[in-house]
Amino acid sequence: MRFESPSTVAAAAALLAEPGARALAGGSDLLVQMKSGMVQPAVIVDLKRIAGLGEIRETPDAFIIGAAVPGAALREAKALRKAWPGLVDGSKLIGSTQIQGRATVAGNLCNASPAADSVPAMAACGAMAVVTGPNGSRTVPVEDIPVGPGRTSLAKGELVEAIRLPKPPPRTGSAYLRFTPRTEMDIAVASVGIALSLDADGTVTAAKVVLGAVGPKVIIPEAAARALIGTRADAAALDALAAACSAAATPIDDKRGTKEFRIRVVGVLARRAAEKAIERAKGK
Amino acid sequence: MALHVKTNVNGDAAEFLCEPDETLLDALRDRLGLTGTKEGCGTGDCGACSVILDGRLVCSCLVLAAEAEGRSVRTIEGMAKGDELTTLQRKFLEHAALQCGVCTPGFLVAAEELLRRNDNPTEEQVRYWLAGNLCRCTGYDKIVRAVLDAAKDMREHAHA
Ligand code: FES
Ligand code: FES
Repeated sequence: MRFESPSTVAAAAALLAEPGARALAGGSDLLVQMKSGMVQPAVIVDLKRIAGLGEIRETPDAFIIGAAVPGAALREAKALRKAWPGLVDGSKLIGSTQIQGRATVAGNLCNASPAADSVPAMAACGAMAVVTGPNGSRTVPVEDIPVGPGRTSLAKGELVEAIRLPKPPPRTGSAYLRFTPRTEMDIAVASVGIALSLDADGTVTAAKVVLGAVGPKVIIPEAAARALIGTRADAAALDALAAACSAAATPIDDKRGTKEFRIRVVGVLARRAAEKAIERAKGK
Repeated sequence: MALHVKTNVNGDAAEFLCEPDETLLDALRDRLGLTGTKEGCGTGDCGACSVILDGRLVCSCLVLAAEAEGRSVRTIEGMAKGDELTTLQRKFLEHAALQCGVCTPGFLVAAEELLRRNDNPTEEQVRYWLAGNLCRCTGYDKIVRAVLDAAKDMREHAHA
């Protein structure tokens, strides 16, 4: 096994193209997988020495979160938290204070767990993954990176170097909620990320609803967004939203929850997340 | 192939040789002889291995030793000045916030970092901050009381 700490994204991509190479960002998934013998990388490529990857940059129209930025730094980034509180809702639920000191949202995305908390949250906010590989860079919606449990659409040598979030339009609110049996230190049984925008009268003009942990990857039911758009998110609209989310969910039964429970609770979470997003859009 | 790592531990330059897949926890304990940092689970679940790495509280079992190159690490050994305990350490003794003591270095490192960031935490904030530190003996209440009492003491002395 080799340990490499390249100083450029291009050098990291070249190393990641080698057989058995694994990227190391926060390490909170990789080291556990190594310890259990699930993976035995031939080369570990530490991304944290690459200039800029440890920073959150703000441009006139976007926030760019480097692949090595830990969750704790997201919570401390005031402008980002104000613009996209839903993203921070998701990222801050990942693990303990110690894990927050290391784990990254790019890593959470690439680990491709169906229950990843930051993924529905990011996807709802319209986050894009900046992917760089041996043949250059491409930018794709984050929801296109995981394709199933533990599997991603990244080609050999590709890495997610940053997550790019557009600046939100005025009167936009976002929220992420999950259900867990315990209050902390747990994994989502079902989860919902929502971002929506209102016009001056409080009518929903745009919405994105993303379900987590109720399928092999996130589910983005168009019917759920449609249930909100054009309404003032009144009781009938919220009922339609909850029903659309429950109808779209395709969960499995496992030790953390039954299929029936997950289908039901994902609708309840969607309703509550929408209420929270609306409050935030109204600046409450 | 062994790697040569130069780092800073508790304010002093330190160097060691380690394997590429060796954790910072193992290097601290086995290469540098700093056995105050404990291993409970080795998988990031218990917080017994808590250290501060470049100003962030982390589990040293989830950090590779090679990652410490050029960084600064603070461990429990950097806390007391010889026999002189810190307020937080004294409060742990006063409140009997430990029994077997395996979790204690991790709790102290984590709680010290909380108090550095927030000198007047609520009980809820203390409990959330320490949610990644497990204790199988005390039932947590004594630990939380010790941290809150230390914070109070430190605030009073800071203003005195
Ligand atoms: S030994 Fe590191 S968290 Fe348990
Ligand atoms: S005192 Fe024994 S585990 Fe905490």
